[in-house]
Amino acid sequence: MQLTGLFKKPKNELEKGGKIFEAPDEVKIACSICGTENSQSELSENMNVCRCGHHFRISARQRIAFFVDAGSFMELYQDMVSEDILSFDGYKKKLKSAQIDSKELEAVICGEAEIGGRQCALFVMEPAFMLASMGTVVGEKLTRLFELATEKSLPVVGFTASGGARMQEGILSLMQMAKVSAALKRHSDAGNLYITALTDPTMGGVTASFAMDGDIIISEPGAMIGFAGARVIEQAIRERLPEGFQRAEFLLQHGFVDMIVSRMEQKERIAKILALHTKTGERI
Amino acid sequence: MSSAYEKVQLARAKDRPSGLSYIRNIFLDFIEFHGDRRFGDDPAVIGGIAKLRDKPVTVIAVEKGGDLKDKIYRNFGMPNPEGYRKALRLMKQAEKFSRPVICFVDTPGAFCGTGAEERGEGQAIAENIMQMSTLRTPVISIMIGEGGSGGALALAVADEVWIMENAIYSVIAPEGCASILWKDVQRVKEAAENLKLTAADMQKYGIAEKVFSEKSMDFSEVYQAVEGELYQKLQELEVLSVTALLEKRYARFRKFGV
Repeated sequence: MQLTGLFKKPKNELEKGGKIFEAPDEVKIACSICGTENSQSELSENMNVCRCGHHFRISARQRIAFFVDAGSFMELYQDMVSEDILSFDGYKKKLKSAQIDSKELEAVICGEAEIGGRQCALFVMEPAFMLASMGTVVGEKLTRLFELATEKSLPVVGFTASGGARMQEGILSLMQMAKVSAALKRHSDAGNLYITALTDPTMGGVTASFAMDGDIIISEPGAMIGFAGARVIEQAIRERLPEGFQRAEFLLQHGFVDMIVSRMEQKERIAKILALHTKTGERI
Repeated sequence: MSSAYEKVQLARAKDRPSGLSYIRNIFLDFIEFHGDRRFGDDPAVIGGIAKLRDKPVTVIAVEKGGDLKDKIYRNFGMPNPEGYRKALRLMKQAEKFSRPVICFVDTPGAFCGTGAEERGEGQAIAENIMQMSTLRTPVISIMIGEGGSGGALALAVADEVWIMENAIYSVIAPEGCASILWKDVQRVKEAAENLKLTAADMQKYGIAEKVFSEKSMDFSEVYQAVEGELYQKLQELEVLSVTALLEKRYARFRKFGV
């Protein structure tokens, strides 16, 4: 497939920083759906999708490597680091271990990139960093990205994955939902395109703000997407939830996403959508 | 000075005046409007038009209910998506007729249920937050009891946010926080302390512009104070151009965090 050549190159670019973790080839990763043991090389050839179609979670940097045109990614705001603003018990320690586990400074990576030759602003959330919960730094990076994209009239493409707002930053993390939403509303009012791609899991305050605000909303197959966590709902209604509840297919059926697109086809699909939104001058 | 958890209990107290009490005691000629024009009418959210002295206003309140029967009818103040969509419909109507919007918030949070998820609870909240950020008319939101997370924020992207002395505003209920972080609901007091959810915290972090004293325990004085402050603030906001108003609202939320 033509795409293979496209994503291999930038992947190496990104690897320069030594930031992508790759397990040694002999380590087999079992699929939680079909049980197939996939080797690392098999998985990287298939964008971390199992033969059965199950999409494994991937790191934000891997995702960027898959999606942007080779060598086009320019990272922004990469030095921003969270602080324990509310002196919340255990938060400092948690931040440190999240940085070690994810090899990232925070839970979202922002930048400018080309997708299929179209310049756009890009954000990708990193589930390995405290399940990509949104604190003040995540909110600030996203707000800056939308402000930049408004200034430059760029479309924004965003891959979401998040457990929701970050409890350890209390009410200030809740305010990030309003802050980011206000910035993306300005971007939208200026006639710019915003595409969200929902990946597993997209929950809570992220679903209840910028994940659901896209002009076009794409989802990965099988991704868990919702507001309340399944466990919370089960406790509230005292019933087991049906199979497939809050999965991407459930959202499609209920009218909350435009389409489900497998990881292999996402780049091409997003590039096509971007190409159909080229500004050709204002109509009077 | 009471502890954070004492504040949580006060905010949830059974005899605490609910949204409807504020509407009845502050405004004149309240006329309630129903329905989101899409799916149904959510009794957890009450909305309509009224007069604040001589000023026509749109009033929206999350209502927890009075006696047990009413509480069940109001779903204990936990709105479904149609509650948020009704609120947005009334806000858009207010924008059209240049009426200010006043929201009273008292909710444990948006409802967590299968129907709510099927009808897009997250999408409904997201839509309100986004649309309120550019609503072309003044908006004031008042936390009168529990300000529960996104379900409260969906009615609080406002030009000013006020809070009662014994109300709280939090990203998550302290019970939920203790159970998720420490797998131990018994540590709820610690969670409440850590979350910084009291009215004093809201003022400290700039989340609320005003805190109303509840010292007298006689709410008629509280209503009077709120009425006076609302009238004065609306007069200040109404002289601003829409551009200036929206610029100010943007800056209000832009400053939170880093």
